[in-house]
Amino acid sequence: MDKELLISAKGLHKNFKKVKAVDGVDFTLVAGEYVALLGPNGAGKTTLVEMIEGIRTPDRGEILVRGLSIKDDRSELYARLGISFQETRFLEKITTLETVRLFASFYSQPEERIEEVIHLVGLEEKRDAYTKNLSGGQRQRLALGIALLNDPEILILDEPTTGLDPAARREIWDILMKLRKERGTSLILTTHYMEEATHLCDRIIIMDKGRFLAEGSLGSLLTQMKMADVAHFAVAGPLPDDLPQRPAGPAIEWDRATGRGRCEMHNVSVELPALFAFLEKHGLRLSDFEHIRPTLDDLFLAMTGRRLTEETE
Amino acid sequence: MMIKRSELWQLIIIHFKELLREPGVLFWGIGFPILMAWGLGIAFAGEKETKKDIAIVNFGEENNLSRFLREHTEMDADGRYLFTINDPVFGKNIFRFAPLDSLDATLGVKRGIYQLMIDNQGDSTVFYLDPANPEARLLQLQLATLIGERHEDDTFSGANTITLEVKGTRYIDFLVPGLIAMNIMMACMWGMSWTIIERRKGNMLRRMIVTPVRRQNILLGLMTARVTMNFVEAALLMLFAWIYFDIDIQGSVPALIMVFMAGNIAFTGIAIITSSRTSNTEVGNGIINFVNMPMMILSGIFFSYQNFPEWSIPFIQNLPLTLLADSMRSIINEGAGVAAVLDKTIIMSLIGFATFGIGLRMFKWY
Repeated sequence: MDKELLISAKGLHKNFKKVKAVDGVDFTLVAGEYVALLGPNGAGKTTLVEMIEGIRTPDRGEILVRGLSIKDDRSELYARLGISFQETRFLEKITTLETVRLFASFYSQPEERIEEVIHLVGLEEKRDAYTKNLSGGQRQRLALGIALLNDPEILILDEPTTGLDPAARREIWDILMKLRKERGTSLILTTHYMEEATHLCDRIIIMDKGRFLAEGSLGSLLTQMKMADVAHFAVAGPLPDDLPQRPAGPAIEWDRATGRGRCEMHNVSVELPALFAFLEKHGLRLSDFEHIRPTLDDLFLAMTGRRLTEETE
Repeated sequence: MMIKRSELWQLIIIHFKELLREPGVLFWGIGFPILMAWGLGIAFAGEKETKKDIAIVNFGEENNLSRFLREHTEMDADGRYLFTINDPVFGKNIFRFAPLDSLDATLGVKRGIYQLMIDNQGDSTVFYLDPANPEARLLQLQLATLIGERHEDDTFSGANTITLEVKGTRYIDFLVPGLIAMNIMMACMWGMSWTIIERRKGNMLRRMIVTPVRRQNILLGLMTARVTMNFVEAALLMLFAWIYFDIDIQGSVPALIMVFMAGNIAFTGIAIITSSRTSNTEVGNGIINFVNMPMMILSGIFFSYQNFPEWSIPFIQNLPLTLLADSMRSIINEGAGVAAVLDKTIIMSLIGFATFGIGLRMFKWY
């Protein structure tokens, strides 16, 4: 059964002076899907979501949210969207509760919903604190809470955990996981943390210089790009002189001086048992073993020659 | 209870809370203007003398004015007749009557040396004054009262509206309406423009509009809160001026409210257009000063603009701050009513609606 199409965008272009921020991109989102736009700073992720949010107009291309254009049905669509920007400076001397209440009035939400949302993002203890006294994580949770006030069908979060410590990041992730489970919300998330994309999202779009480089689940991305798993291991005792370089399965690079080996595997389920069989056959006992799976960062490096954490010029 | 949940109410209330939680806002909005009125009021009264210069043509003619000058004044080295009132609180007021020929007198009036020219043609004394100069009008009424009281003569006007306390002519009388006007301008420019620029910079404006909120309510909320605060600030300053300096509203209170509203419309509109584009607070700072400074200097808040070159006066008189200060002065000090300030009210309102309309079209929400 086909899932309902929530957002469809075709041929999006957006230039800032000479920079092609978004350079010919098609994007879709179906109901219940969690999608990550993963890329380094300057990849065009924010520009793309801002066009979807309707606060930037594409130079070319069309965006439909539930078949409607945001220009024509602004308040109708904003009633369905939940949006959080990279950074919002809330009014400093207004409390958490008052801030949520202000935004609740925009959605005509009752007082009960305000309490619900504060509970949902775990800010009960900070409900009467001025927003300027909230920590970075609490502020992001407040922003998330406001985005959730209208129980949105589509949640669009622009780098919701950038700059947060791991614990604060985990808290946001937990809220989002719970939301998917309980509400069936759809999510578009921009991030330059690969862990965030892999932890939260079913579909990951790798973006760089305004284009989509690859998209799919983590597994399919790594398969698509033929990224190898790597086994690092060491054996006890000296290596026999007649050791073949290429056993039945994977190629092993030996370092005779240290007795360590390295082996790249494209099909772990076949090649790993083959490696163990090979070692056993030659009477080699493992003293150390480590299996390293490729990451999105490795993938990004393979595709662009840069790391995700590097800035794009 | 429904009202409490409406977005406009929430937008208004949030601004009030922000204002009231910032002690500095209360001081600068309410305390500072009062201190300024007090400081300047004292500084320019106290021991100092206030001199009023009057040119007299055809002095030789015998009438009540000549008799008054002979009997109650003394002559200084320049041949001027000096009449002095000593007020215990507001110091010395010296009226200096200079007998001149008609040419010199006219020139002197034009140059602002004399606020008033009297042509003493026997029974028919004629006052020449610039109707746009409130000081001159007051001086005329004052003289009428001075002379009338001493000679039981009401040739000069018959109006006993102004008593010998010379209310309406002191520097503080000039200053307080100006301060109220200036405060409205400053409060709108800094309180609204700055707030809008800050919110744009901090993404708060765009955060608000990616909801079903009606955009005009965001501005309306800010304006309502600001205008209400302006009213409280103006009322407190007026109350202080009434208690401490004994200034009261001689003209029509409805007219004063009308003028107050028109001034607020003008300056909220100007504040919107000023803050319609930039999200850079330093640029904002510059633009706000660019708007404020010329009016602060030209509009005659602290000193009369009548001393600026004659060609510039019509321009100065139509600056929003001048319109507001002048119409407030004419109501508070000269007893003007609605009709007298109607044209200025209309101009201010038009300025406000036009700048608001254009500002809203240019307005950058994100």
